Amino acid sequence: MDFNDTPEQAAYRAKVRAWLSANAEPRKDRPSVSRRLDAEEGLALAKAWQARKADAGYACRHWPAAHGGQDRPMIETIIYDQEEANFDVPTGFFSIGLGMCGPVMAQYATQEQQARFIPPLIRGEEVWCQLFSEPAAGSDVAGLRTRCHRDGDDWVVNGQKVWTSGAHYSDWGILVARHDSSLPKHKGLTFFFIDMKSPGIDIKPIKQINGGSNFNEVFFTNVRVPDSQRLGAIGEGWQVAITTLMNERLAVGDAPPPDFREVMKLAAACELDGRSALEDPSVRERIADWYVESMGMKHTKARTMTALSQGKVPGPENSIGKVVSASKLQNVSSFGADLMDMGGVITDPSLMPSSALFQQSYLYSPGLRIAGGTDEILRNIIAERVLGLPGEIRVDRDVPYSDIPTGN
Amino acid sequence: MNFDFSDAQKALKQQTRDFLRAACDTTVPRRVLEDTDEPFARDLWGQICANESPGIAIPEEYGGIGFGYLELCVVAEEMGRAIAPVPFSSTVYLAAEAILQGGSDEQKKRLLPRLASGESIGTFALSEGPGQATVANLQAALSDGRLSGTKMPVPDGDVADLCVVVARDGDGASLAVVDLAAEGVSREPVDTLDPSRSHARITFDGVEAELLGEAGEGWAIKDAVFNRAAVLFAMEQLGGADACLQMAIGYAKGRYAFGRPIGSFQAIKHKLADMYIKNELARANCYYGAWALSTDAAELPVAAAAARVAATQAFHFASKENIQTHGGIGFTWESDCHLYYRRSKLLALSIGSERVWKDRLISGLERQEAA
Repeated sequence: MDFNDTPEQAAYRAKVRAWLSANAEPRKDRPSVSRRLDAEEGLALAKAWQARKADAGYACRHWPAAHGGQDRPMIETIIYDQEEANFDVPTGFFSIGLGMCGPVMAQYATQEQQARFIPPLIRGEEVWCQLFSEPAAGSDVAGLRTRCHRDGDDWVVNGQKVWTSGAHYSDWGILVARHDSSLPKHKGLTFFFIDMKSPGIDIKPIKQINGGSNFNEVFFTNVRVPDSQRLGAIGEGWQVAITTLMNERLAVGDAPPPDFREVMKLAAACELDGRSALEDPSVRERIADWYVESMGMKHTKARTMTALSQGKVPGPENSIGKVVSASKLQNVSSFGADLMDMGGVITDPSLMPSSALFQQSYLYSPGLRIAGGTDEILRNIIAERVLGLPGEIRVDRDVPYSDIPTGN
Repeated sequence: MNFDFSDAQKALKQQTRDFLRAACDTTVPRRVLEDTDEPFARDLWGQICANESPGIAIPEEYGGIGFGYLELCVVAEEMGRAIAPVPFSSTVYLAAEAILQGGSDEQKKRLLPRLASGESIGTFALSEGPGQATVANLQAALSDGRLSGTKMPVPDGDVADLCVVVARDGDGASLAVVDLAAEGVSREPVDTLDPSRSHARITFDGVEAELLGEAGEGWAIKDAVFNRAAVLFAMEQLGGADACLQMAIGYAKGRYAFGRPIGSFQAIKHKLADMYIKNELARANCYYGAWALSTDAAELPVAAAAARVAATQAFHFASKENIQTHGGIGFTWESDCHLYYRRSKLLALSIGSERVWKDRLISGLERQEAA
């Protein structure tokens, strides 16, 4: 065992660190820059940052050169991400595009389309979104209702998508729609990429419980999509979508702070029964729990990195990441507010420790337990794919979609 | 970055697993559990000693084979998986470590070869009954090279040859090595939650005792020994937790209710997914602890505590939910579920409870912050 980088990795890390130090501010104990600004300002900053990153050769290094990458080992991307996490840079706007849309375009689009779309995606010039979830199709996304039918060289799309991150500022989107309701649900789906400025697309922001609007409802009324923008064969939409969802779990990633460090710092500053809260045994026990979870994930990632740096396929252990980190964030946030006692309800950043990071995260964290696969779906996936337990009994699998009962 | 065991260490692990699968299936701990005349599996212990396993991390100059702690860690995980009913942890993680940490070169040369070969069984005595032992409440005391007092439960205390004892010494505590065959030692087995590992109550009545380390330094040496032992106990707990998960998966696939395998119900799936999650968190913390132990890293106190806490939680959860997954049969004596359930509590308390280790963890973090 050796936690040091190889000389080559160390040199790369030093180079990355020097570049970041010259180009960004270190992260501070407060919400990140993209969470302090409104979406428009944040996006402008993020586009500028992504372009700088790309110019410096730090965007998508592990992608094949044919797709705009540099054919570098995955470990370099991970090293970059690790180092970037120490800096207060605007991120998040491109994670869906880079994590999901780029890979699906690379696999299914034509050469010409790849040449047209992937470079601006990597540089952050064009933003992409993913149009899968629907009001009646969340975890059961294959049950989606948005219809498409062929009309000459085009397809015509009608229906509604929901929970579309960034639809309002996206240029392009990937879409799954149902072309045939008489087929079983997984078989009647077709996959496209679409111009988000197409006539007939109506976008309405969703106001979340934290007051923010990171997601949208997207309505389609006779939206025309050229058949040339179909990805995969007619009826192959589910297989294409699965490829994308496999990438999503990597794209959604880990929870932001606060973590045990922030609670520890807070506890040291808070008074409880006339002494530092950090001296309270119940506080120490809780922090220890989160430390163990946090380090468990950090070292699990180290195991993954080891496999990657040896050119091996990582084991399934990485699948635990979001389940653990999302709940931890919620628990840490709630506990942090508790430590502030009656004052813990205040959300004005100017009055609060860590600029009200704990209060903000308390309201934000429930979403993380749902996005990119709910805690429940992820546990199903671990149980079925990692532990080999039998799949769910699916009463709707082999019947025509139009015969499946629907509730609310 | 190479956060993985070497190919040779993995081969040793596989070899140990294969050996224990053949030599120590669950009938062996069950036999010891049920037979009050057999405090440990002598035949298995003989084989383990023939394999030179006790001396794996003991330097060659002290009679061991001097591989290292990563090698000892992979063996510990397999001992835990097999819930092996042998005095391995007492002899190797506690007695030998105490001598390595506190002993003089002469003591190491004299005492360690016997432990490394398995000729002697060693143990370590701190607890004096219910409640956390502290320097202030220790009753066992050293005076003029003589030890008096009562220790319980002492792991393998009824069969051990040598015991390292934490005893009050003036205002502080010292460690002393005692020959358990010496005059003034009386001992009797004491019933515990896990009779597959025997424990004793030992009374010392003015027994001749040899100081290990400086007088008054006993508590600090004990802490250093426990930090090292914590990683090794955690590796055993990890092995036990994984065994429970595998047992529960096997049962959930084969047991049918309502016309389908119970493993197809989400209530069971999610339970087993949670077991897997806790086990992986423990595994990652244990591997880091193993690294810290093997390199004597400054991070050892925190890394060991984190491994210990995570592995205690994982084994506790896996052993209790394994019973739950089995339903009624899991509560019967004939099912093997209770062997793990018992062992998980025994290991959880062996070198101090989860609560104590959580406090050590945070204290270690505070020291790191201050430094």
